[in-house]
Amino acid sequence: MSTKPAPGFDRGSTPALSFLFAGFGGQGILFAGKIVAYAGLLEDRELSWLPSYGPEMRGGTASCSVTLADTPIGSPLVTEPDSLIAMNRPSLEKFEATVKPGGRLFYDSSLIDIAPTRTDIATYAVPATGLATEQDLKGLANVIMLGKLWHETRFCAADTLDAALEKAIPPRKAQLLEPNKRALALGKGL
Amino acid sequence: MTETLRRPEKVLMKGNEALAEAALRAGCRCFFGYPITPQTEVAAYMAKRMPKVGGVYLQAESEIAAINMIYGASAAGARVLTSSSSPGISLKSEGISYLAGADLPAVIINVQRGGPGLGGIQPSQADYWQATRAMGHGDFQVIVFAPSTVQEMCDLVRDAFEVSDKYRVPTMILADGLLGQMMEPIVLPEALDEDDLPEKPWALTGTGGVRAPHVANSLCLVAEDLERINRARFARYEDIKRDEARAEQYRCDDAELVVVAFGACARVVKSAVDAAREAGIAAGLLRPVTLWPWPGAAIEGLLDGGGVVRRFLTVEMSMGQMVDDVRLTVNGRLPVDFFGRSGGIVPTPAEVLEQIEELAVTGGDAA
Amino acid sequence: MNPSTTSRVIFQRPRGLTDAPFSYCPGCTHGIVHRLVAESLDELGLTDTTIGVVPVGCSVTAYNFFNCDMAQAAHGRAPAVATGIKRVHPHATVFSYQGDGDLAAIGTAETVHAAARGERITVIFINNAIYGMTGGQMAPTSLPEQITQTSPYGRDPQTAGYPLRVTEMLSTLDGVALAQRVSVDTPRNIRAAKRAIKRAFEYQRDDRGYTLTEVLSTCPTNWGLNPTEAIAWLQENLAPYYPPGVYRDIVADGFQNVAEAAAAKRERLGETK
Repeated sequence: MSTKPAPGFDRGSTPALSFLFAGFGGQGILFAGKIVAYAGLLEDRELSWLPSYGPEMRGGTASCSVTLADTPIGSPLVTEPDSLIAMNRPSLEKFEATVKPGGRLFYDSSLIDIAPTRTDIATYAVPATGLATEQDLKGLANVIMLGKLWHETRFCAADTLDAALEKAIPPRKAQLLEPNKRALALGKGL
Repeated sequence: MTETLRRPEKVLMKGNEALAEAALRAGCRCFFGYPITPQTEVAAYMAKRMPKVGGVYLQAESEIAAINMIYGASAAGARVLTSSSSPGISLKSEGISYLAGADLPAVIINVQRGGPGLGGIQPSQADYWQATRAMGHGDFQVIVFAPSTVQEMCDLVRDAFEVSDKYRVPTMILADGLLGQMMEPIVLPEALDEDDLPEKPWALTGTGGVRAPHVANSLCLVAEDLERINRARFARYEDIKRDEARAEQYRCDDAELVVVAFGACARVVKSAVDAAREAGIAAGLLRPVTLWPWPGAAIEGLLDGGGVVRRFLTVEMSMGQMVDDVRLTVNGRLPVDFFGRSGGIVPTPAEVLEQIEELAVTGGDAA
Repeated sequence: MNPSTTSRVIFQRPRGLTDAPFSYCPGCTHGIVHRLVAESLDELGLTDTTIGVVPVGCSVTAYNFFNCDMAQAAHGRAPAVATGIKRVHPHATVFSYQGDGDLAAIGTAETVHAAARGERITVIFINNAIYGMTGGQMAPTSLPEQITQTSPYGRDPQTAGYPLRVTEMLSTLDGVALAQRVSVDTPRNIRAAKRAIKRAFEYQRDDRGYTLTEVLSTCPTNWGLNPTEAIAWLQENLAPYYPPGVYRDIVADGFQNVAEAAAAKRERLGETK
């Protein structure tokens, strides 16, 4: 397992990236963010991962702020994300306006029946939940979204992403690695 | 210092987990606590790890019971830890006063949330007054560390145990929900062996029939004696003030506007200071790492030093508490302004920058 | 050897007590109970490995009297302090010595939960139905109609509630190895109290579970009686309301420790489903 950036990957030129993952509790919002965080760890970058916490974790809305940078991170709270990953309609409605101009918005179009209205950002409709159901990857819409996010932003080297996924899955849940890998590959190919 | 051949491995940890792991590595084998958001991960981590290292984890029936178990275990000579969040700390304050009165060391973690009362569960710094002024009834202080990163959550726990044992003064880690819940990469310190821990010749161990009984006690019914004991303790506080006060200065050397902030808030201010510098404003950050002892000397240094500082701004996640200490130190020599968010709201770098810009303008020549 | 010229010590201060004179009021039974605790520890050879915890109340300064390591606890918190000590030194003998206000009012939660956990501690509970140190206020164990400074017309259960029978209450808990009530009103009862207290320490030594010994005691000063009248008042009023006896004894029930007793109870309850 390589933890080094791929040859030719120039980390120094990568600006700080901020991500906001948002959705229902139980959609794996925090887990998706954790994979990005581990990617930062493996590439020895500065990073922060901050979940929303409290009652909203139980069935309500969940969100997770992740920042990757090469200098120490000030506020870990992502209020203007470079990339928003919205997994349900309330999240899209709540956070669309916060995306940095020129940023990206990924949304699960299987669950969200409205379209984004911003024109100054790139938007990606990803039918992640539908694909997950079709491909026998139930519960892995989050990882499919993450694959798409990586494909568009290249927030880390390709093999770092694979290694980060492995690190984010605890050994006692090793049987989940294979479907997670498939989900990631599926998202990357979209 | 010797150059290490291999770079130490970084791990990704939540602040709350880092606190707990650091305590284990500092030789703490006794944890008594009670669940409360947003610090519960400390207890959960200890519940998982303590049995594996032969330590004591006990979920008490209340914060009151937990702090009194700490009192007993500390009197018995162990390195002890308890952890809670704001409302729970209020319940512990009785026991903290007794620890102080009996000269017993202990480390108490407060992962603050918004108050008063049940308040909220989002990050706050509104227990500053409680931690530095009123951690219980009577004449006493606790040493208060204010970490600002997950790495510091780890490092300051070790320091807290050291100074607490050295001076026999209860010591608090004053964190907040943001630091407790966030993950950052950290390097964990080497674990201490039992032999590395300080001797506690005063501990309650049983006399073994070879010495006079030891007593852990805060009662003293003769006023003259109690005054003498309190004076002796305050003499020790003078040593602590002289030797243990700590602050970090960031871009303060030529700063005309110095922002004072601690803990999670200082992270936000650091970003704002960088942005201000980019906008041509000579701003700096002074971050108290110890809240008691108060690092007033660092402010004095700025006032007496080159004399470039013209104004202070204190930023807090409260209605304004630490600003009192800044004003006491500055003592009217320069203006001291305040900006804060309350109720669990973390200020954004943009908001702080706005304050800095406004003061730079109204301050006239600051920019 | 001529026996008539040889003197032999047949009674002396126990080694488990210091030389400090007791500070208690004339006729108060604290002194007797202190002595019974010290004698029990001495006879079991435990004094040098014992750590005691004293409460807030008249026995707040009892660390001056017991000749072993001692901790003074906040009001009501002695079982929690004792828990902390015992968890650090599991092989030490740890006891708490508490009055009715301390144990059964402000410290009820600590009392119940230390018992429920089966902490290996020995709790000595002085029940004299009044707050002594603060000058005679109503206690959680004050009797109905009892006149105190804060129940000047007599304790009215309609407004002040009913007294707590602590030993009975704790005897229902699985963590309790021994729950017993004794009285120190007569020489015979004092000897019985001694046997009971000693048994409690033996149970701790043998790692059986939590033990509670409630001691019906007098407070002549705050009852407004002379010592003889106080003993009579105890016999006529306290003892009938709080009958002495053994309320739970897992060894008598055939078990080695509270874990065995609790497992058997679970099984029994399971059968009745």
